[in-house]
Amino acid sequence: MFGEGILKGLAETARNFFGSFVSAERLTTVEYPEQRIAPFEAARVFPFLVYDGEDWLAGLRCVACQICEKECPPQCIFIEKSKDKKPDFVGKPQSYPMRFEIDISVCMSCQICVEVCPFEAIKMDTAFELSTGDRFGGLLLNLTQLAKPNAYYRQIHPTGAAEVDARMAEEMAKAEAKAKTATDAAAKAAADAAATKAADATPAAGDASQSRPDEESRR
Amino acid sequence: MTATASFARSIIETSDQIFVLLKQWLVSFLPAAWQPAAGVVLCVAAIVGLFPALFALTTVLERKGLGRIQNRIGPNRVGPLGLLQPLADGIKSLTKEDIVPARADWAVHFLAPLVLVVAVFMGFAVVPMGRNLVLVDMDAGLLFYFAMGASTELAIFMAGWSSRNKYSLLGAMRAVAQMISYEVALLLSTVVVVMMAGSLSLTKIVAAQNQYTWGLPHWYIFTPWGLAGFLMYAIATTAETNRSPFDLPEGESELVAGYHTEYSGFKFALFFLGEYLAMFSVSGLGATLFLGGWSAPFSFLTWVPSWIWFFSKLMLSIFVFIWLRGTLPRLRQDQLMNFAWKFVLPMTLLNLLVAGLWRFMGEGWERWVLCTAILVVAYVVMGRMGMRREHFGPRSYRYAE
Repeated sequence: MFGEGILKGLAETARNFFGSFVSAERLTTVEYPEQRIAPFEAARVFPFLVYDGEDWLAGLRCVACQICEKECPPQCIFIEKSKDKKPDFVGKPQSYPMRFEIDISVCMSCQICVEVCPFEAIKMDTAFELSTGDRFGGLLLNLTQLAKPNAYYRQIHPTGAAEVDARMAEEMAKAEAKAKTATDAAAKAAADAAATKAADATPAAGDASQSRPDEESRR
Repeated sequence: MTATASFARSIIETSDQIFVLLKQWLVSFLPAAWQPAAGVVLCVAAIVGLFPALFALTTVLERKGLGRIQNRIGPNRVGPLGLLQPLADGIKSLTKEDIVPARADWAVHFLAPLVLVVAVFMGFAVVPMGRNLVLVDMDAGLLFYFAMGASTELAIFMAGWSSRNKYSLLGAMRAVAQMISYEVALLLSTVVVVMMAGSLSLTKIVAAQNQYTWGLPHWYIFTPWGLAGFLMYAIATTAETNRSPFDLPEGESELVAGYHTEYSGFKFALFFLGEYLAMFSVSGLGATLFLGGWSAPFSFLTWVPSWIWFFSKLMLSIFVFIWLRGTLPRLRQDQLMNFAWKFVLPMTLLNLLVAGLWRFMGEGWERWVLCTAILVVAYVVMGRMGMRREHFGPRSYRYAE
C-alpha cells in the first residue's frame, strides 16, 4: 500500500540480476548456432517418407493411396500414382508414387498426414534448418529429398518407431502364417491331387489347385 | 616532506581540473580576441561528443541489464560481450530509408527531432559537472534548465501532430498531458532546494552542499524535506522522460510507438538519443540538487577528482532508471493522472511548508522529529486515501432489461 510492493518487486529483479551471474539454472539460454540441444522426441517440423532396407525406391512404404493428399488442410502434398505395381513389404503388389512433392512453405506441420496414413509411410521429421536461397524450387521437396530410411526414423522418434516396427512385424508374421497355412494347404492339396492323379491320372485338376494357393499367399 | 605534500596536492588539483586546464591549453594557441568564443565552442563540442557516447554505452548496458533481470544474456554478438552493438545500431539507423508520410507536414516533421535534441542539449549548459566545470554559470541556471526542459514537450507534440497518424497523435496527446502534469510537480519539488540554498544558480547550490560535519556531507537528501523532495523529483523526472512505468506516450502494446510511429532511420535515432539525453540531463540535475553535485560522499574522499563523483552519481541514477524499467509494469492513464495530481502534487506542496518550518526552527533535534513526523503522517494518510477502493453495488441497467 505504501510502496512495499515496489520494493518487493525491486528486490525480486535484483535477485534475478545477480542470480543470473552465479547460478546456471537461472540462465537457461542456449546460444543456438554454437550450442545445441538434441531435439525433443515429440518435436515435429515437416513430414518425410519412410523406406525399409537399403534401396529407397524399392523399400518405400508409400503406396500412393493419396489419402494424405486429400486430407492435407493447406493442400501442400502432390502425388502422382504409378501405372504399374510392385510388391510391398509383405509381398503384395501395390502402386507406388511416381512423384511425391511437399511444399514446405505451405505445410503447417499439423501431422494430419501422419495420422491418416494406413501404411506408416509418412512421418514427421525433426530437422529444422531448412533455409534455402531458392524460395520456389528449394522449398518444394521431391521424392528423393523426402525419402529417408527407417533407421533414421528409429533414431529421431525411438518410441514411435518401436510401435510401428512391432505392428509391422505382427502383420508380417500374420502374413507369413497365412502364407504357411496356404502353402500347407497347397501341399496337402498337391498331395491329394497326386493321390487323385495316381488314382485317376487326369493332369488338369492338379495344375489348377497349385496356382490358386500361390495367389492366396500374396494377398 | 612539505615538497612531497605540495606535489601530491598539485597532482590532485591537476587531476580535478584536468578538463579546464586542457581547454585553457588548447585555447592558448589562438589569438586573445578569439579565445572566449573558441573556449565555448570547445566546451560545446565536448558536451555534444561526450553525452552521445554515454548514450551509446547506456543502450547496450541497459539491454544487458534488462536481460539479466529477465534471466537472459542480452546482446552478445557484436564485438566482445556485445559492446559494439551501438555501433551496429548506429550504422543501421543511418542506412535505413527515411520515410515521410505522404500527407505529413514535412517541415514540422523534419524539425521535431531536431528541436527535441537541441532543447535537451541546452539543459547541459548549466549543469556543473565538476569543480569549475560548467559551460555557463548562470545566476538563474535552474530556471533556464526548466525552460529548456519544457520545450521538449513542444517537440513531441510537433512530431505527433505533423505525422498525420492517429497513433502518433494519441501518443503526443498523452505525452503532453503527462508532461504538463508532472512538470508542475517537478518544479515544486525543486523549489525546496532553492529555498534552502537561497539561489537559483546550480554552482551555488552545489557549493552549499559541499560542506562536511564529522566527515559526512551536507547533501540535501540527508534531510527529511530533501529526501521527500528527491523522491518526488525522481517520480516526476521518470514521468518527464517517458521512462517506464510512465512510458504511456510510447506504449508499444497500445500505440505502436506513440509520437515517433512515423519516424524512421536517423530521425528515429534522434528521438531515441533525445530521450536518453533527457535522462542523463535530469539525472545530472537531480545529483546537483539533492546529491551534492560533484562533491564527495565523505570528507576523506575529497581528493578524488570532482567530475568522477558527478558522473558516478549520474550513472547510478541511470542504473536505478533501468532497474525500475525492469521491475514495474506500465500505469494506466487515469492512474497516472491521479498519481500526479492527488499524490505527488500535494506532497510537494506540503514539502514546501516543511522546508519553511525546517528553516525557521533553527538548529537542534526538534526540527528533525517534527519535519519527519509531518511527512510520514502525510504519506500514510495520502497513501491510504489514494489506495482506497470504491465499492460499487451490483450493476443495474436502466434500459437493457
